[in-house]
Amino acid sequence: MIEIENITKRYDKQTVVNDVSMVIEPRTIAAIVGTSGSGKTTLLRMINRLVEPTSGTIKLDGVDNHSLPDYELRRSIGYAIQGHGLFPHRTVAQNIATVPLLLGWDKERIDERVDELLRLFQLDPAAFGPRYPHELSGGQQQRVGVARALAAKPNVLLMDEPFGALDPIIRTKAQEDLLAIQKHFGTTIILVTHDMEEAVHLGHKIAVMDGGRLVQYAKPAEILAKPASSFVETLVGSSERPFRLLSLGRVGDAVEKGSAEGEAIPADASQRDALAELLWSGKPALPVRGADGKALGRITVDGLVKLAARPA
Amino acid sequence: MAIRFDKLGVVIAAIAGYAAFFAPFATFRANRIVPGEGRFILDALPAVGGPLLLALIIAAIFVALLKTPLAWRLVASVAVLIALALAIGVAGSFLTPPNNTFARISPASGFWLLIFAFTLLLADVLTRLELSPFVRIGILLVAAVAVGALLASGSWDSLSILKEYANRAGSFWAEARKHVALALGSLVAAVVVGLPIGILCHRVEVLRAGVLNVLNIIQTIPSIALFGMLIGPLGWLALHVPGAAALGIRGIGTAPAFVALFLYSLLPVVANTVVGLAGVPKAANEAARGMGMTDRQRLFGVEFPLAFPVILTGIRIVLVQNIGLATIAALIGGGGFGVFVFQGVGQTAMDLVLLGAVPTVSLAFAAAIVLDAVIELTATSRRREAVA
Ligand SMILES: Nc1ncnc2c1ncn2[C@@H]1O[C@H](COP(=O)(O)OP(=O)(O)OP(=O)(O)O)[C@@H](O)[C@H]1O
Ligand SMILES: [Mg+2]
Repeated sequence: MIEIENITKRYDKQTVVNDVSMVIEPRTIAAIVGTSGSGKTTLLRMINRLVEPTSGTIKLDGVDNHSLPDYELRRSIGYAIQGHGLFPHRTVAQNIATVPLLLGWDKERIDERVDELLRLFQLDPAAFGPRYPHELSGGQQQRVGVARALAAKPNVLLMDEPFGALDPIIRTKAQEDLLAIQKHFGTTIILVTHDMEEAVHLGHKIAVMDGGRLVQYAKPAEILAKPASSFVETLVGSSERPFRLLSLGRVGDAVEKGSAEGEAIPADASQRDALAELLWSGKPALPVRGADGKALGRITVDGLVKLAARPA
Repeated sequence: MAIRFDKLGVVIAAIAGYAAFFAPFATFRANRIVPGEGRFILDALPAVGGPLLLALIIAAIFVALLKTPLAWRLVASVAVLIALALAIGVAGSFLTPPNNTFARISPASGFWLLIFAFTLLLADVLTRLELSPFVRIGILLVAAVAVGALLASGSWDSLSILKEYANRAGSFWAEARKHVALALGSLVAAVVVGLPIGILCHRVEVLRAGVLNVLNIIQTIPSIALFGMLIGPLGWLALHVPGAAALGIRGIGTAPAFVALFLYSLLPVVANTVVGLAGVPKAANEAARGMGMTDRQRLFGVEFPLAFPVILTGIRIVLVQNIGLATIAALIGGGGFGVFVFQGVGQTAMDLVLLGAVPTVSLAFAAAIVLDAVIELTATSRRREAVA
């Protein structure tokens, strides 16, 4: 659990982070969104003390983050920096091994961990381990950056726009990987992003920053349904709102009785994808099947349109 | 088929053509200080030798002039250089009258220009071959061994510069040792002192401009003036600090020369350290801090390795500069090859000047080749390790 209490950061006269308080529950993902310069990176870096706050406290699992020397604190927190920050003079494997090495793990354990992480990110250890960062594509570099942050199995992971340089397909894949890893290890993640879509998709809760202030911190559905200010409303994008709301729900939760003709939609697809499929096929309804292939019922345009309306 | 010329080859051909036909190959002097008379290739070598050498040079000029395969150019340049090295020795014994120990034969402008032209051709070929650093050092070694063998064989003994050497064999090696000790010693001292200063300047921004400006000003003080400025303080130290004189600290001699070379060396070392450290990617530094490296771990694990090639470039500049500058040390009794240069100037004996200058230039040249190779090795070691 991360408790941020009345944290403020001032540079000279400029208040970059202004009296922010928020609690991130253990084993959840908090997504921080906001315009450029709103203080997202600064807030994130105060958690691992790369930036010292002007006032306020941050507690990790109830312990003030100033109770340890800064370098020890940082070794226990994963940090994926904005723009990967890989060491150009070290191989991919050596890069990933950085924190385990600092913690004094033995070689065998480090090698095992490096291989495990590379495989997790779909990078063949034999082919990619000995390469240097400049021999990777931008997307591969970013994945290695995230793998490096995860190397010492931190309970807390800070990520600063980790998927910025990825094309939409790899990006979606990387997001799925991250969700799987987060579920598997139960990591608490704070993720900074520019992309509302990504925040809605990954965040259990979303924090919206504007000019150093935390203007809203709530579940994605609530942010969409009840934006706290016109700024949040703009950020959510009024033309995208209904579709983002649908993207939060699964087809399985919107199944109606009956049957329909056409290509079946899997129950674990998002309602948004289902609506897109329906509109594209020109049909009012399509069948739904479960993971085992069994027919569950049907999904209809009318039903989804009702779900996409602003909640009362 | 149109004849195509090589651009550099045109220059080389012009120089070599002029040197072979219009410039004297060797100089004959009745004794070591009178002005000499030039001798052209045909006059300087015995009957068949002259025409043979000329024919070889003409052939090589054509190889250089036209767009020819690299292998031809390599063979041509090496063949001419070897022929010149042998021919000048032959000219020495041929031109020296029998039983005359006063006459001096020395290489003349034609010889030096030919050496220059075909070294240029060789250097161009070697650059175009893109040889690996190890091969380049290997070639340097082979050249050094070849020159050493020629010296040992005695085929150059009739040349004036070696006659000067014969008169001073003992002091030559003593001065050589002093020269190298001065150049290397001041470099080591400059690195030991300059690296920490560079690191400090990098970390503490307020120091940077001040320190670099002071070092810049030192760099612009002419060496003679710097020696003069050092005589006072060092002399005072020798007189008033117990043990200083015993360490060899004096107003004149090796101490001020060493201090001056050291001061000249500081700027390139400090400046390149600062530039190298500043060039370390900001993100890599941030990541190092973010992952919990201490300042020291970050310095040695991230900043230094990344700045190293730039720092080495500074060290290369200093070494080559020091080997040259160390000749000046002789002015204040600091020893080194400069001793021969200044004695030679004093006696208007050019041969003696050459005895000091040729080893200095060769040493600087060799140091540059070796350090360039080392710099390339450290910069590419990343990639090579990756393959291994
Ligand atoms: N070291 C510093 N000194 C002075 N001002 C700073 C410093 N670091 C950040 N700032 C200022 O603080 C503000 C917030 O910066 P921050 O990096 O937190 O923004 P951000 O929300 O992460 O933006 P982006 O989305 O562009 O990454 C900016 O106006 C920036 O200029
Ligand atoms: Mg940022």
